Amino acid sequence: MSDTVRVLIITGFGLNCEVETAAAFRAAGASPRQVHLNDLIANSDQLRDYQILAFIGGFSFGDHLGAGTVFANRLKHNIREELHQFIKDGKLVIGICNGFQTLTRLGLLPAIDGEYFVPRTALAPNDQGVFRDAWVTLGANPESPCIFTRGIDLLPLPVRHGEGKFVTSDKELLAALEERQLVALRYVDPETGQATQEYPYNPNGSENAIAGICDETGRVFGLMPHPEAYLSPYNHPHWQRQMINGVLPEEGLGQKIFRNAVAYAEKTLI
Amino acid sequence: MHYRIEVAPLPNQVDARGKAVVHQAETFLGTGIRQVTTRDVYSLFADINDEQAERIAAEFTNPVIQQYAMGSSSTYSFDWLIMVGYLPGVTDNVARTAHDAIRDIIGRPLRPHEAVFSSVEYLVSAPAVKRQEIERIAEELLANRLIQSIDVRSAEDVASNGIPVNRPEFVAVGECAIETIDLDVTDGALQRISDSRTLALSLGEMKAIQGYFLEVASDPGRIALGLGAQPTDAELEAIAQTWSEHCKHKIFDAIIDYEDDAGKQERIDSCFKSFIRKSTEEIGKEIPWLRSVFVDNAGVIGFNDKVDLVYKVETHNSPSALDPYGGAMTGIVGVNRDPLGTGMGANLLINVWGYCLASPFTGTDEVPEGLLHPRRIRDGVHQGVIEGGNQSGIPYGYGWEFFEPRYLGKPLVFCGTVGLLPRTLGDKPGHAKSIQPGDLIVMAGGRIGKDGIHGATFSSEELHAESPAQAVQIGDPITQKKLADFTIEARDKILYRFITDNGAGGLSSSIGEMATQCGGCDLDLAKAPLKYQGLRPWEILVSESQERMSYAVPPECIAEFRALAARREVEVTVLGTFTDSGYFHIRHGDATVVYVKLDFLHDGYPRLQLKAKWQPPVHEEPEIPHEEDVDDLLRRMIGRLNVCSGEKKARQYDHEVKGLSVIKPFVGVANDVSSDATLFMVEPLSKEGIILSYGIQPRYSDIDTYHMTASVIDLALRRIIAVGGKLGHIAALDNFCWPDPVQSEKTMDGEYKLAQLVRANQALYDYTRAFKLPCVSGKDSMKNDSTRGGRKISIPPTLLFSAVARMEDITKAVTIEAKRVGDLVYVIGDTHRELGGSELFAMLGAVGNDVPRVNAAQALITYEAISKAIEQGLCRSVHTPALGGLAIGFAKVAMGGRLGMEIDLAAIPRQGELEPVELLFSESNSRFIVTLSKVHKEAFEALLNEVPHACVGTTTYDNAITFYDGDSLETAVELEDLIDAYKLTLSEL
Repeated sequence: MSDTVRVLIITGFGLNCEVETAAAFRAAGASPRQVHLNDLIANSDQLRDYQILAFIGGFSFGDHLGAGTVFANRLKHNIREELHQFIKDGKLVIGICNGFQTLTRLGLLPAIDGEYFVPRTALAPNDQGVFRDAWVTLGANPESPCIFTRGIDLLPLPVRHGEGKFVTSDKELLAALEERQLVALRYVDPETGQATQEYPYNPNGSENAIAGICDETGRVFGLMPHPEAYLSPYNHPHWQRQMINGVLPEEGLGQKIFRNAVAYAEKTLI
Repeated sequence: MHYRIEVAPLPNQVDARGKAVVHQAETFLGTGIRQVTTRDVYSLFADINDEQAERIAAEFTNPVIQQYAMGSSSTYSFDWLIMVGYLPGVTDNVARTAHDAIRDIIGRPLRPHEAVFSSVEYLVSAPAVKRQEIERIAEELLANRLIQSIDVRSAEDVASNGIPVNRPEFVAVGECAIETIDLDVTDGALQRISDSRTLALSLGEMKAIQGYFLEVASDPGRIALGLGAQPTDAELEAIAQTWSEHCKHKIFDAIIDYEDDAGKQERIDSCFKSFIRKSTEEIGKEIPWLRSVFVDNAGVIGFNDKVDLVYKVETHNSPSALDPYGGAMTGIVGVNRDPLGTGMGANLLINVWGYCLASPFTGTDEVPEGLLHPRRIRDGVHQGVIEGGNQSGIPYGYGWEFFEPRYLGKPLVFCGTVGLLPRTLGDKPGHAKSIQPGDLIVMAGGRIGKDGIHGATFSSEELHAESPAQAVQIGDPITQKKLADFTIEARDKILYRFITDNGAGGLSSSIGEMATQCGGCDLDLAKAPLKYQGLRPWEILVSESQERMSYAVPPECIAEFRALAARREVEVTVLGTFTDSGYFHIRHGDATVVYVKLDFLHDGYPRLQLKAKWQPPVHEEPEIPHEEDVDDLLRRMIGRLNVCSGEKKARQYDHEVKGLSVIKPFVGVANDVSSDATLFMVEPLSKEGIILSYGIQPRYSDIDTYHMTASVIDLALRRIIAVGGKLGHIAALDNFCWPDPVQSEKTMDGEYKLAQLVRANQALYDYTRAFKLPCVSGKDSMKNDSTRGGRKISIPPTLLFSAVARMEDITKAVTIEAKRVGDLVYVIGDTHRELGGSELFAMLGAVGNDVPRVNAAQALITYEAISKAIEQGLCRSVHTPALGGLAIGFAKVAMGGRLGMEIDLAAIPRQGELEPVELLFSESNSRFIVTLSKVHKEAFEALLNEVPHACVGTTTYDNAITFYDGDSLETAVELEDLIDAYKLTLSEL
């Protein structure tokens, strides 16, 4: 087997972040491949050749019938077992924005007690009722088992969604997510670094300011903000001020999420 | 079997859609609505069992936040039920997706006789509100009767009669007959034929058609095909579409006798050829990067050794006036197909949008009968472009709104798209394409219905009461996204030889154009995939149903082309063959419906001969306010519609997708002040970038369109310079939107309006030539008048000038806001007393006469110097003032940085004597406000020895902009007041 981590990025039907997601994994040293959903379904055995599976952002099926609904159904009716096997094999799955919505619809997240394919969380319409594109500040949970957020403290990223309000089926589940440290990222006040329900820092009204969660293995991760849109330091809205103040980072801070995944896969899966 | 499936938010969830209706009803109509809950309803007609139907319902529902009910649930209490569905034949995107989902759930696609329809139901709690008011809410907020059905029921009615079944199936009327039209009639009857069929042809044109068919009556080819001396309906329609103003730009192509105010006469042989194309051709001899201009769907310029850049801006005004949401969505999704159909097909990279509208605060009684309220137009247009752009995964580069009362009659909806073409595909340039006789005519994407019939001819007319509702279309971004993704895959495999889009005029236009490449075509309309039966052949031919591309596919590639399309769930159909017969030959099965010589189809129309006479208008001069009022003037002006922040709407558009954004539409410490221009990396992590900017200033047209044009060209150009662009690799697009400039009984001032067009073109030539700024594509829309409600409203002559530049190194870019306390503030460029058409005069209710002019030679020297200063890293911020002059300019620099400023008015460079108010609010062109560190003072000034400039102040910790005049303190304007006023005006809309 080759020594490069292989990433499968599912495309098609209105998904649209394939180019930058591929760029993110490539910059992290992996070898990404974009595969149309229908081609994946037609040849689902190919999943075995990959260590990371990416569900990207976009508007699969126009978000008609609810974000991620139709895409998740198509996966469930066609390659459910293969997806389950992929996770059982110790591999990594990331879902960004529409991909996160799809993972929750599929029930690959939060999969409490390893109960996959039971949807118990959702990304509901934003409290403000409209799509919003703005940069937010995220705080990572250092106690989380999440592979992807290791070593991250504060992370500025753009959000771009109309359905991103994280909700749970019941309070017990929310408590369990917290207790098991499955909340990997929260929306925080950029001044204090504290989790916040205050708009626009919390852009959608998410419960407990949750922006991203993982399963108990830490290998399946979903988030609403877009790390693949902050690969270059020049993506940041204040890069000039950072440059003047001598604090412009070497690379975009979103890159770290992909580096973490690739590093883990290199170490444990190849 | 019919199943009704209801999906509603769980009671513990926020019903965001319902909440929005309550809010809108309150602010818009002022009615007392207590609560609105909403639900999605799917009407499913299919041979399935109850268990399958229930499974479909369950899978349509997100169990964490939604619940479903089979049939009609009775758990809600309400006073009124409003049901909104689609009219028969109208695109129902949700239902189309439901169709796809059902296939996955039941394991088979729905059969032809099975169907699913979507609708939305609003359950309104408003015990004290009358039916009439509820109906008004339904019609003015929730639905558009042109495309949607509205059914309002009281709770009692629903309790006793239940909820009606939503089944808007299109029932075919009429047969697929081919009609012939007798043109051997009087002139009056000829004109009536044109009018009654919405052909928008003049008598001269009808007579040219009459003459052609007389001539070909004995053509043996024609007789052998069973056609006679009379044209078929399809022939007449095809010619009308091809000759429409929309497609042939007859006014820009006209021969014009122009007389200026000195009585000097000249004959202009086509404004397009004499000014626009001439300038570009001359510049083309001096620069190596023009790839393809004026010949394809969009202009192509070089970018780097890997890709060329494609850019096109279009308008979609008439459809947006009738159905703002659908019209505007079609505008953005439609213009995406221009780059996609340019060369061998471009990857879509960045969208732009801009709208000219009447104030959303216009009183309801000021809106003529039959026109939509400007607020409703604004909301619908934004929503359409937001959904169209976001769902296509294309970030917007910049967006703007310009408000002026005269756009009440016709809103202008500009949408544009930048694309990237591979420089080479196989062994050919990516921008080159050709067709060989024998290549197959292939259409891909959406199916054909009655939607959009007569779009091209309709948009070539003014809006009148009978404007055809079927000219309105709804976009389907996801079908198009699939089509675009498929096209790029097919392009990279080189599975076709030629591609173009189906826009105005439908197949008639696209295949008509393609046929000129090889000299003919033979197309069978009976093969075209239809949304429903019952279309006449001519309707299939000219339908503007969306999301379709046409290709010339070599026979040896068709199998692979089809196989790829099948895997991508894109419908493709072979409609016929390209030939070299010299004829546009269209059949319906065995029957020929069109057999017209290509030469005649494309060049047979008589050119217009028009007169234009320029008489400069004289306006009253207002009294200039006193200098003590500067504080008040500035605070009032910053909240005015054309100055204030449009961030609330703009943030609903995605500008970050693709991860390329470097300078964003809103910048500054709080990301809330609009930037001069935006900058994108050309691909993720690239150092090379694309700068986009625009200029528009229709109020200057009230004084002189020559200087209006010079000003918008300068504005677009200097905005590129302001963010770090350089002269030398900048291209432009011209979009003219004019009121009807053809003298007639309806347009008594046609000669004046045409003179305005001539003068705009003269300036366009003069200034693009001087700035070496080639126009690489453009578009005109020439009949932006409305006579609805018995009142004629004509838009002001409007030119949108868009610029695109290549930036070598994005890391050198600068934004407008002040960055550090203690930095020096410079003003570059002279201020003249030029307040004619200015924001200040508009605020004072005046026009004035001293319109800003442009000194191109001096501007070029200034731009070179500013570019150098930015490249050398000397500038911390650069802003170029526009509306509101230096006053608004200083305010934006200060607000963006949340820093104060001390400005000495006496130091500002000027020409002539100016009062302080004139100095601050004059809109002279080619000026900049720059802040920089004291360390760079000398280096900066050394670059400016040939440019008027002065250090006029410093940035401060004070929370105010303080204006001095020499030693005497004048006035201080609190920053917080300015920011509040800047953000308040459109904060709730």
